[in-house]
Formats: sequence, structure tokens, C-alpha cells
Amino acid sequence: MNRINKVLKEKKNILSIYFTAGYPNINDTEEIITKLSECDVDMIEIGLPFSDPLADGPTIQESSTIALNNGMNSIKLFDQLKEIRKKTDIPLIIMGYFNPILQFGVEEFCKKCNTVGIDGLIIPDLPVEIFEKDYKYIFDENNLLNMFLITPQTSDERIRFIDKVSKGFIYMVSSFSITGAVNSFDENQKKYFKRINSMDLKSELLIGFGISNNKTFFDAIKNSRGAIIGSAFIKFIKNNGKENVNDFINLIRGKSSSKH
Amino acid sequence: MKGTYNVDNKGYYGEFGGAYIPEMMYSNIEELRSKYINICSEESFKKEFDELLKDYVGRPTPLYFAKRLSEKYNTKIYLKREDLCHTGAHKINNTIGQILLAKRLGKTRIIAETGAGQHGVATATVCALMGIECIIYMGEIDISRQAPNVARMKMLGAEVRPATSGSKTLKDATNEAIRDWINNPIDTHYIIGSVVGPHPYPDMVARFQSVIGNEVMNQLEILEGTKDPNYVIACVGGGSNAAGLFYPYLDNQKVKIICVEAAGKGIRSGKSAATSILGKEGIIHGSKTLLMQSKDGQITEPYSISAGLDYPGVGPMHANLYRSNRGEFHSIDDSEAMQWGLNLSRLEGIIPAIETSHAFAILDKKEFKKSDVLVFNCSGRGDKDLDTYIDYFKLK
Repeated sequence: MNRINKVLKEKKNILSIYFTAGYPNINDTEEIITKLSECDVDMIEIGLPFSDPLADGPTIQESSTIALNNGMNSIKLFDQLKEIRKKTDIPLIIMGYFNPILQFGVEEFCKKCNTVGIDGLIIPDLPVEIFEKDYKYIFDENNLLNMFLITPQTSDERIRFIDKVSKGFIYMVSSFSITGAVNSFDENQKKYFKRINSMDLKSELLIGFGISNNKTFFDAIKNSRGAIIGSAFIKFIKNNGKENVNDFINLIRGKSSSKH
Repeated sequence: MKGTYNVDNKGYYGEFGGAYIPEMMYSNIEELRSKYINICSEESFKKEFDELLKDYVGRPTPLYFAKRLSEKYNTKIYLKREDLCHTGAHKINNTIGQILLAKRLGKTRIIAETGAGQHGVATATVCALMGIECIIYMGEIDISRQAPNVARMKMLGAEVRPATSGSKTLKDATNEAIRDWINNPIDTHYIIGSVVGPHPYPDMVARFQSVIGNEVMNQLEILEGTKDPNYVIACVGGGSNAAGLFYPYLDNQKVKIICVEAAGKGIRSGKSAATSILGKEGIIHGSKTLLMQSKDGQITEPYSISAGLDYPGVGPMHANLYRSNRGEFHSIDDSEAMQWGLNLSRLEGIIPAIETSHAFAILDKKEFKKSDVLVFNCSGRGDKDLDTYIDYFKLK
């Protein structure tokens, strides 16, 4: 069973952490993954930086620019991940925009993912229809899940379609928004969470975008299988360095003392 | 080759086009896609659009026989005078169309990107005309080098927001406009300024600009006794003025299509905007097309002396014209283009925009027959470029 599906099946209150590969330093990838997997984290999303990240707010734009200036690219990332499965069994997802993957070659990219032990991909600008028509078979051949996003504006009909195609979790975007941290969810967002939950989908839901603290995390897990945190984590390592990521995770989980 | 060079029912031109968009944009794009053709076909829409083009923009623009230019190059040269449109370029044909569409979609807030500021001014103009809130995203670097157009937009009541991400120019202004739209999906319409972006934008903008080519057909029939010139010629950045001129001729093989791109300081100089030659297939701003990018698929920054041509991609219609050989592509460097700004001024008394000057430079690159009829899109006037001309030719 794919590691993602295993976690989705076995765990509740899932916490998935996103970071940008190549940030703050080019060779931090392995260390950040290892550190995170030693904390109370259930999945890790590795951001493949892109020059024009349309769906991302200022924090991830900045980390992407720095990562690219540091020399990050697909070849480099796969090279850094070569030994990662000797270190951790945590589900690993690559999140990246479509153009760099297209230039690498979708098939070649997926094969590489399979070889190094990546479990799934999130490609925000590859719509589900195009995925299903042109690329699904490649993902299947390489035991890769593709996670799709839904937003408060996604129609029920489209959500049903996405649910049908989806084999991993559905990434539920919390608001009309690009990525970035907020302090709390409003009534409209809560109504939206309720609407989706009442649809009784086969896929598990993880809520992302705007989750930054213990309060938003708890609101999210009340309404879903778990939550995804990106910008707030990037900000944390920007301000506190990558050594103390456990503090951040404890803050989110609402634990006062360190796990280790 | 069989088939059409226009868009197919899935939003593709050959293998190019489509809508490679994040889910957050899906409902907006889908709303546009499902409604634009019906709305634009309504009698009331057509009437309002035509009236505004006539009474406000000043259409039809003349198709002018350039006598001295024709004598010099021993061929028949016509200029489609889009430079005489209100606000100084063809850009307003599209913004009039889109603002009418936005009103019918019930949108109360308009956003747009701009590079040199021409599309920003054209958008701010129609927003003032309709009394609708207008926010223009413009790269921080472009804001500092295009001060008069920034002032125009502000006079017209628009808010100009600097794009401070990435390279701080047109592509980043476009990114910021898209992010704004993702954050404001209900009340906002995004007026894209060229035949770029996800389907249906390239087709929608081309349709609004097709008034250029449609007028040429009627005018040429009176002047030459035929609707079909031998060549239609236009400069291409994103490609909207070219798409407008070419539109009725796309599938008429008797009419040859010439696209002129900006070579900047030279194709191999690393400072160029000749996308068809330097670009590779990929995704930019939601469209599969040719774009300038690194080996890793990072979008690179183009360069041209004319701010209107330095877009790292090209519209999917043009990518297909290039790939299929339906269009002949040339590139013209900064100095050739600048020289043609002067040439057209002195031969015909028309000071062109530097973008437009690129198209005319083809006359030094290619032989035409005496009997050939050439139609150039004289897409914009040179007022906005006076500072560049002053510096370049030491006119002070």
C-alpha cells in the first residue's frame, strides 16, 4: 500500500508540513525531512521551486526565489533524495508547478519519483481533466498518487469528479486565497467545510492554505482528516532556523514540551 | 495543410493553448468559457460594442496607402492605422469588449496587468467610461521607466499596484493580477491585454481585435478590388495586434502571414524577446505555448527596447502559426527597429510606437514583388516612446 494511503487509513489529526527544497540553503533538504520525520508530523511535502508560482503568496514566492538562486532544480532534488528512504518511512510528496516537470519529462519525472521513494505529487496547475486524459497511466505505472485541490468555489459536481479520479487525499483549500497564514477561520469557511463533509466522499480531506497556529490547526482537524502547513513553517525556519522545527510542531499540536 | 488555424472547440490551436490553471481559477475561467460566445453574440452586446468602437474609439481606422514607402520599396504598402485609435493603440478594442462582457457577468471590480502601460491605460480608460473600480498591476521596474503612462492611469482614476515579486516586470505583473483574481473570484473580472493566458482568453481577445482584419477586408476591396492582400504583417509580443489583423485570413492560404518579433540586442546576445526562435514548448500563465525558459523550466526574462514586446511567451495562436509554418517569423533587433521609427516618420509623417517599428523593418529583410499588396498593422503611435527616441537619437 502507498505510504500516503497507509497514513490516511491509520491516522487521524494528520499534520502535513510543506517546505521549499533548496531553502534556506541548497543542501538542507535531507536534514529538514529527517528532522520533521522525527517530530509529530505525518507527511511531508517537498516544494520544487518555480520562477512563477501563481498560487502562492509572498512567503513561498520568496523561499522559491531564494531556492532557485541557490541552484535548486529537479535533477539536484532527486540527487538529494537518493538515500532518503534509508532514513525515514514518512510519506513524501513533491509539490511543484507543471512547467519544470514538463521540461524534465513527465514520464522521466515520475520514474525518478518512484526510484527515490516519493509517494505522490501535487501539481496545482495541472487540472484534473488533463491529468486523467494524458498522464494518469504514468502515475499509476510508478505507484504515484496525484492529489487534487478543491476550493469554496468548486461545484459539487466537480468535487464528485475529483473524488472519483483521486486515489490519495483531496487537498481542500480553506478559502478564496493564495497560500499564506491567517489567524482564524470565518463562518463562511466553516460552512464550506460542513458542505464538503456532508458530501460523504470516498477520499479523505486535508485542509490547507491559511493554517498557521494551534487554533487554525484544531479548526481544520475538526473538519477533516488533517491539515497542511506551508507558509507558517517557512516563516518559522526563516526566523528560528531549521534546528528547532520540533518547537514549531509542538506549537501547532498544542503540546508544551518536546516529544524527544 | 487541412483544418483550421483558429481555435478548436477544446481551446487549442494545434497542440498549443488549453487551460493549465490552478483549481482556484477554475470557476472564473469556466464561467467565462461557458458564457463568452453567447454574450458576445447577443444583439445588444454587438450594438453597444460597435457603437463604442465607432463613437468613442474612432473606428473604422483608415487603411492608408503609403505612397512614398511603396515607391521606395517598389511594392504596394498599406498601413492599418490602429495608432489613430483613442489612447493611441489597438489595445482599446479588447478592453471595450471585455468591459462590456464584465458588466454582463455582473462584475464590479476590474484588474489588469500592464508592461509598458498601454494596456493599463486602455483598461483604466474603459473603467472610467463605465464607472467601475480599476486596479492595474505593473512591475516595479516598469513603473519607474514608464512614468507618463502611470500618470495617465492615475488621472483616469485607476490604482496602480507595483508588482515587486520575481523580475518585477510584465510577467510578474501578470502573476500578481492572477493572484488577485484567486483572492477575489466573485466580484472581479481580469482583463488580460493580449492573446495569452488560459482558454478562452486567447480566443476572446482575438475576437475583439478581429475588427482590425475585418475592416481591412472591406477597405481593401474598395481600394484594390480584392479583400485579400498578398501579405499581412504585424509585430508580435504576446500577439494581440497581429491576431486582430490575421483573424479573417487565418485559413485563407492565399494571404501570407508575417510575424515580426523583437530580437533585442540580437538573438544570441542573451538579451532578446524572439520567443519563436528562443522559446520551447511549455506552460506560461495557464497556456501551453512557446516560451523562453531555462533548461529546468524556469521562465526567463526577455529583453527588448520596446516594453510591449518583452513578454517571455507568445500567444498559442502564434505558436501554432510558427510550428505549422502557416506564418513566416522574423526577428528585428533594437537598432533596426529604432531606425524604422525614424524611417516611417520621415517617409510618411507617422511616428510609430517602437513595437510597430519592428514590423516595418521587414522591408529591409525580404524582397516583395511590385504587384504584391502588403498590409502592415500600424498598431500604435510613438508618443509613449518619445523619451526612448530622444535618448537614442540625441534629439535634445
